[in-house]
Amino acid sequence: MTEATSSPIQLRVNGVERELRVDPDMPLLWVLRDVLGLTGTKYGCGQALCGACSVHLDGAVVRSCCTPVRRAEGRDVTTIEGLSEDGTHPLQQAWIELGVPQCGFCQAGQIMTAAALLRKQPKPSPEQVEQSLAGNLCRCGTYTRIRAAVQRAAELTKG
Amino acid sequence: MRAMQLGRRPFLAGLPVALGGLAIGLRSDAAGAAAPPPRGVRGAGAGFSPNVFLHVAPDGWVSVVCHRSEMGQGVRSSLPVLLADELGADMARVRVLQADGDAVYGDQNTDGSSSVRGHYDQLRLLAATARTVLVRVGARRLGVKAAECEALDHRVVHPRSGRSVDFGGLALLAEREPLPAPGAVQLRPQAELRHVGEALPLLDAKAYVTGSAVFGADVRLPGMLTAVIARSPVVGGRVLGFDEAAARAVPGVRHVLRLPDPQPPYAFQPWGGVAVVADDTWAALRGSRALMVRWDAGSNQSYDSPAYRETLRQAVRSPGTVLRKLGDADKALESAVQRIDAEYYVPHLPHAPMEPPVAVAQVTGDRCEVWAPTQNPQAARKEAARVLGVSEQNVSVHVTFLGGAFGRKSKADFVAEAVWLARETGAPVRVQWTREDDLRHDYYNTVSQQRLSAGLDASGKLVAWHHRSAFPPIGTVFGGGARPSLGDFQQGVLDVALDVPNVQAEACEAPAHVRIGWLRSVYNIFHAFSTNCFIDEIAVARGADCRDVMLEVLGPPRQITTVAELGVEQLRNYGASLEEYPVDVGRLRHVIERVTELSGWSERRRDGRALGLAAHRSFLSYVAVVVSVVQAESGKLRVDEAWVAIDAGRIVNLDRVRSQMEGSVIFGMSLAFHGSITMRAGATEQSNFRDLRLVRVADAPRAIHVEVQKSEARSGGVGEPGVPPVAPAIANAVFARTGQRVRDLPLSRVFVV
Repeated sequence: MTEATSSPIQLRVNGVERELRVDPDMPLLWVLRDVLGLTGTKYGCGQALCGACSVHLDGAVVRSCCTPVRRAEGRDVTTIEGLSEDGTHPLQQAWIELGVPQCGFCQAGQIMTAAALLRKQPKPSPEQVEQSLAGNLCRCGTYTRIRAAVQRAAELTKG
Repeated sequence: MRAMQLGRRPFLAGLPVALGGLAIGLRSDAAGAAAPPPRGVRGAGAGFSPNVFLHVAPDGWVSVVCHRSEMGQGVRSSLPVLLADELGADMARVRVLQADGDAVYGDQNTDGSSSVRGHYDQLRLLAATARTVLVRVGARRLGVKAAECEALDHRVVHPRSGRSVDFGGLALLAEREPLPAPGAVQLRPQAELRHVGEALPLLDAKAYVTGSAVFGADVRLPGMLTAVIARSPVVGGRVLGFDEAAARAVPGVRHVLRLPDPQPPYAFQPWGGVAVVADDTWAALRGSRALMVRWDAGSNQSYDSPAYRETLRQAVRSPGTVLRKLGDADKALESAVQRIDAEYYVPHLPHAPMEPPVAVAQVTGDRCEVWAPTQNPQAARKEAARVLGVSEQNVSVHVTFLGGAFGRKSKADFVAEAVWLARETGAPVRVQWTREDDLRHDYYNTVSQQRLSAGLDASGKLVAWHHRSAFPPIGTVFGGGARPSLGDFQQGVLDVALDVPNVQAEACEAPAHVRIGWLRSVYNIFHAFSTNCFIDEIAVARGADCRDVMLEVLGPPRQITTVAELGVEQLRNYGASLEEYPVDVGRLRHVIERVTELSGWSERRRDGRALGLAAHRSFLSYVAVVVSVVQAESGKLRVDEAWVAIDAGRIVNLDRVRSQMEGSVIFGMSLAFHGSITMRAGATEQSNFRDLRLVRVADAPRAIHVEVQKSEARSGGVGEPGVPPVAPAIANAVFARTGQRVRDLPLSRVFVV
């Protein structure tokens, strides 16, 4: 890994304390993928334009490709691997039930973005869903199922 | 949990890539199955394995090898079901393995919408062969006649006595049994296939939604380095110099290497340039930025999109090579009561899969192992062997999940880069393309100009149809000429059914200045655009309804089974004969009738919205699309609803056919509204999703209605044929809504979208 002379960066990733000696400017995306081996978070554009790299920082969505790891110092990072035990988050259930993914590559980013929305807004309006997912591209075109699955997850949460 | 335990069984030990996790219905441990000998799945251990696709273990687990690449079309949730159903297996005891690249599997080039249509009967026959043997040994075990037994629910059953035996208990016996000759094997009656044709679960859904699915960039090897390559902005450009010291000064950078310059024809060769190879992606990216490469752009810097457009326009205004001729269209146009002419332009289009190209390679002595999201693992294997100068037998290519592909990942250039760098550095190397690399160094869908002319008689009936098309063909990448061929023109020119007495189609020359490739439905994109828009223009000129004119131009229901009827010398017909796969006008008419009924076509303009229609046969399937276009007060246009009717013959997984149609609507919307790659001084002007726009969730129709026709016809394609009718349906709806005819894509040139 890239050697850095500065002091180690401490953060929690999916509930696990981590101490990292990396370039503090290294985007969180590459820390997750290359340093910690958490490859569920994807690189799609590197400029916060596609949302494939979406993760939670203290519960709020960030684009990890444009988030220097120093900004995560002392904070909680949640990735798709840490969203639930064994894939049982209502969004994951709804995604499976409705057969949302095609190639699957953007789906972790879509789900992480939707998860942050549902935490703030358990019964989102269609407009709120569209606003929250506006930054997440899907080239396969699964949008109509994504919208339906977020609403389905909201129902599952209620139950 | 079960799948995890299975993953540790000797059966899968040592296999390199686990694609996915446990899924519903079928189980997916999805390790990349290593290249096996023709009989038997390699490494499968004891059990019955009559061919490279199937293995029955003594504990009853059935392994099915998927030899086609999974890129979102759902092939792993489709082909294995066909095998399992034919075998009589219980889906809950079937696992899917992903094949390496190896000719023993036959054609693996996951392209041309051919996975189901090209393998339907062949795969069923393999499974039926296995079933025949299981039934034979099962009957012997039960002490009854084989003719009185059947294979059901993972057992050989003797219905008369009610006795049965599990497949697992027969595996070792069956393996010792000689295989029946293919001619002695009978397929099940279609009705006995229990799951085929239904909406089946998505095998890998859980792997996708938990982040455990392994895509190309997710492969990790001990000691692996990451490479980012600075490539010439212009095809054929050469490196003049670069700042090696600056790149090496970045912590974590291990190597700075200049790649060999490619020689034309470029085919699948690496593009050349300078690679920075580092401990991690961040260091490689920073090192690559520090290089500040200076380029000699070479002769293709003359390529400018606006000027080239003029070149294409001139090309279609002069006669080309006649590739289709019925009657005398020139004469009929001269004597026509009314003549209509129109020209259409579709720019270069990018693939832009969400996962940019990426590949991992390891070279050990004269052997090489590759992990890549490739649509064509055999081509990748061949290219890797060429780069290393070794036999293909020395190269293994493991296929990961593909994060989108759309034709881009049929090309082996990015695999060749990884292989070359792995040899030069002596370490496992992952080549990571950036999004900028992807958009700038794509094999673009070609750029085209077309001129269509129609002659009408006094009653308004079409008496002449004249079609000229100019575009740099894909063959130029492989050393071919600039004039489209019969093979190129099969896609939406030669195979268009026309009930018109005088028809002529001409190919016009167009030299290539970039690498041209195939993008989801390829030349059909612009040919379906021009022909469907032109029919709408004819309808408007006649004051008639587009649907009525479309049906009239197609003519009565009939099967066109000879090239003579089309007025062509030969028709590639997507690799199939016209006898087996005629141009079936009845089927095309039927999807037009269905989609117009579903969408309420009779009230085409209502509540501030307008409908547009288009239909097209491609990849041996028939698709008709209606879209509803609305315009906000701001002038912004959007598609608020879409209807798709498809007849793809026999299908395997209904839900994956639906999802492909839904995706096709979005894909077609992106290219219709935004999808433009433009060149200036030979270099691509777009760089990322800031200037290359794609449809986003708020732009998606509020509903996409899909009707899949029930059909017992031979299977057609599914992945591509949904795309061609979308853009012309939108353009026709835009005309109906705004009165403005758009003949040039994308629509964003004219409208707020």
